[in-house]
Amino acid sequence: MSTWARFKESYLFHSFKRDLIAIASFCALVFLIFIALSAPVVAPYNTYDTATIDIMDAEIPPSWMEDGEDRFLLGTDIQGRCLLSTMIYGLRVSFLIGCGAVVLQALIGILVGLFAGYFGGKVDGFLMRITDIQFSIPYLIVAIFTSAIFKLAFGVGRYEDLAIPLLIIIIAVSHWPIYARTVRAAVLGEKGKEYVEAARVIGLSRWVIMFRHILPNTMTSVLVISTIQVAEAIMSEAALSFLGLGMPITKPSLGSLIRAGFEYIFSGSWWITFFPGLLLVVFVLVILLLGDWLRDVLNPKLYKG
Amino acid sequence: MAHLLEVQDLVVKFGLRFGDLTAIDGASFTLEKKERMGLVGESGAGKSVTGFAIINLLSKPGYIADGRVLFEGRELNRLSEEEIRNIRGNRISMIFQDPMMTLNPVLTIGTQMVETVQAHRKMSKSDAMDLALDKLKKVYIPSPEKRLSQYPHECSGGMRQRIVIAIALLTNPSLIIADEPTTALDVTIQAGIMDLLVELCETEDMSMILITHDLAVVSQVTEKIAVMYAGKIVESGPTDDIIQAPRHPYTRGLIDALPGTRGSGSRLYQIPGMMPTLMDIPPGCAFHPRCSIRTQRCETETPLLVSVDDREHMVACHGLGGDV
Amino acid sequence: MLAFIIRRIIQSILVMLVISFVGFLIQHQIGDPVRDLVGERVTPAEREVIRDRLGLNDPFYEQYFRFVAKAVQGDLGLSFFYKKPALDVILSKAPATIELVIVTSFILIFVSIPVGIYSAIYPKSWISRIAIAGSTVGVAVPVFLTAIAFIYLFSVELNWLPSYGRGETVTVWGFWDTGFLTVDGLLHLILPAISLSSIMLPLFIRLIRAEMMEVLETEYIKYAWAKGLDRRRVWFVHAFKNTLLPVITVFGVQLGIMFAFTILTETVFQWQGMGFMFLEAVERSDTSLLVAYLVFVGVIFVLVNTVVDVIYGVVNPMVRITGAK
Repeated sequence: MSTWARFKESYLFHSFKRDLIAIASFCALVFLIFIALSAPVVAPYNTYDTATIDIMDAEIPPSWMEDGEDRFLLGTDIQGRCLLSTMIYGLRVSFLIGCGAVVLQALIGILVGLFAGYFGGKVDGFLMRITDIQFSIPYLIVAIFTSAIFKLAFGVGRYEDLAIPLLIIIIAVSHWPIYARTVRAAVLGEKGKEYVEAARVIGLSRWVIMFRHILPNTMTSVLVISTIQVAEAIMSEAALSFLGLGMPITKPSLGSLIRAGFEYIFSGSWWITFFPGLLLVVFVLVILLLGDWLRDVLNPKLYKG
Repeated sequence: MAHLLEVQDLVVKFGLRFGDLTAIDGASFTLEKKERMGLVGESGAGKSVTGFAIINLLSKPGYIADGRVLFEGRELNRLSEEEIRNIRGNRISMIFQDPMMTLNPVLTIGTQMVETVQAHRKMSKSDAMDLALDKLKKVYIPSPEKRLSQYPHECSGGMRQRIVIAIALLTNPSLIIADEPTTALDVTIQAGIMDLLVELCETEDMSMILITHDLAVVSQVTEKIAVMYAGKIVESGPTDDIIQAPRHPYTRGLIDALPGTRGSGSRLYQIPGMMPTLMDIPPGCAFHPRCSIRTQRCETETPLLVSVDDREHMVACHGLGGDV
Repeated sequence: MLAFIIRRIIQSILVMLVISFVGFLIQHQIGDPVRDLVGERVTPAEREVIRDRLGLNDPFYEQYFRFVAKAVQGDLGLSFFYKKPALDVILSKAPATIELVIVTSFILIFVSIPVGIYSAIYPKSWISRIAIAGSTVGVAVPVFLTAIAFIYLFSVELNWLPSYGRGETVTVWGFWDTGFLTVDGLLHLILPAISLSSIMLPLFIRLIRAEMMEVLETEYIKYAWAKGLDRRRVWFVHAFKNTLLPVITVFGVQLGIMFAFTILTETVFQWQGMGFMFLEAVERSDTSLLVAYLVFVGVIFVLVNTVVDVIYGVVNPMVRITGAK
């Protein structure tokens, strides 16, 4: 059977088809990601191009309200940029940082977990001590402190220039412990199985056993936490940007938009904060719901594949 | 004359997602004042569930689907929450299997005894404490005053069970339901606890239902027995009759399985097969797959409990104790 | 028991040393004590002299020891911006944050316990369903958004509560500016405290509910029912006390975390506490203040954790006797 046919027969797919929330979340997610990634094409305006922005257009309400204009569907922000376009670009930034951070933290966490789990003994003790200590501090706190240090070290200007890669690093560094723990637990579970024993008897090197044999079998657990971690990364980035430790207002993410719009709710321009906020919540919620469903499905106790 | 306790055609079911399972399928027995009865069977046969059903303490999703439980003439299963509360721990006391699990680890023994008294009697705390001390002495606990301020984990297993028995005595109940009271204890103290229970039944005018899998204990302690298998009572009657002349093939198997019945040096007997779980109860007589005297009829028709003599010895078997 | 306490204390001292080391590292690599002391307009030659006098050219470990020694005595360096000892700045802002945390804790306790217990006893009730659904959605909503939503609803639209600052404060004991003694101060505390508590409320409600449900399934609860005890006694004395123990541990840890989360809440409300001070320090490149904050909060976190562990050991009778966990 072809891979597609096999997939259609699988338990995963059947379970998916029956779960309305999973389907709805998946569709919403695909839609949002598509919009985000095709921002230059989809957004009505290119918000990075300062030539198209007119400060006289600032703080126009959404088009369906009294002072709204048709060309700005959701209104404009304080600099006169189309809010909808800025949000789409912002979604793209948030999504890219989220994914990048998860890839990096997974890399770090998997390596740590693999080594700790496979080598055991002092290596395990040492690595896990560090992991546990960092794990006991909430992600966000570590991220905030780390970004504060980076900002001081690089200086405000350079920090903003390098914001995207720096944020990816910062978030990755704050969130890796959960990958380490998960992978280590999975490795400990696999270590006792026969195929590991067999591989050792054949004389395969430790590295081959670790990476080519054990690692693939831990991927289920990694997958389960990855969706949730993407949501966490996006929320962390939003929080950092809101605090002024993340994306600058010139290349805003959803968090920076919320920050920028915050003061203006007092003067009545509530949409500047509201719509980015709404988009953020919906995006994160959809990812979380999908992740919840995925975790239920991949739970080894129920998986019949 | 009214029985102290009468269980009539009790049916208990578990309401699960894919349907209801029958845990007890029509159990009936009676108990008189100061009488001691044994409810015998393997784990999962339904004996503990019967005990809980009497005081309507079934854990969800269990529920009483049919039948009646009459205690001193009152229908227990129809009582309101408030009314049954007055019976539980008061007229009917229950002793569970593992005292380490039943005594609350974060409350002192004194607290747990006093609260039982105060739940059912209007008494001051000091009077309740005195009563507690009195009962602790009745169960032969050394230095009872010290125990009151101790926590359960500070006492040994045997002592904890004695304390649980003392708690059961606090309200001078008419009936004690003892659910495997010695199973979790050391073999060396089991006998002591059983002796204590029997002694107390005599001195305090109590009846007892002893729920256990241990036929040997039951044969020494009780006056009548009901043997349960897969949710049904398959044989009941006076203890001596059942032990000496068991009629149901299952009961015979249980007795044969006791070490000592076959003479030393011979192999221990085991009834072939296993008792079915609630979900796989076979049609007809539940025991028929393992029965050496089964017939066609046994595979389709469920036998009813019928008398085999005039002394209340009842058996549920089509073969009615044919030759084995 | 004593052994347990001593072991715990040694552990916490080790962690505090690690924190101090990290703080020192930051201070050493990024900080500029010369600038902190005399500002920017000094010639390179003068800088060298001052560096020497400050001991900045000494070996690494010597500087570290000095750092720790001074820290233990309460000298965490000078704040560049405030031109005052960093510790003084922190302590002056501490009352604001502490009061916020106190009110938040009250809210947490008085909401999560009843809701948690109720939804454990009646899991199918609508309160229970709302609580669970709320926590699931609540995880997706960042705390600053809830804070903003509250401000918009209660300040801008309804105009019931103030939206920023601490309001009127009264100075007690010579140095503590409290908002508890004025109505205005108390009003200002409401929204920030609610926002801060919303971070932890889902966690606590779910925790208490899960613990309580587990406890309600135990043998000793069943036995308590068999003894014919009153419902309330079973729930609130037997069940609750057992639920409480793990909850206390979690609460203690969360308390330390709450202090850190004030960074988020204080920003939104312009609350002049330590969290707000932290962000200002970042903006002003005030490294000493930053490091001082790190060390200060780190030490509090470790202390609170240790105290909670010890209290748990005392309250849980099994630990008390056997000394183990």
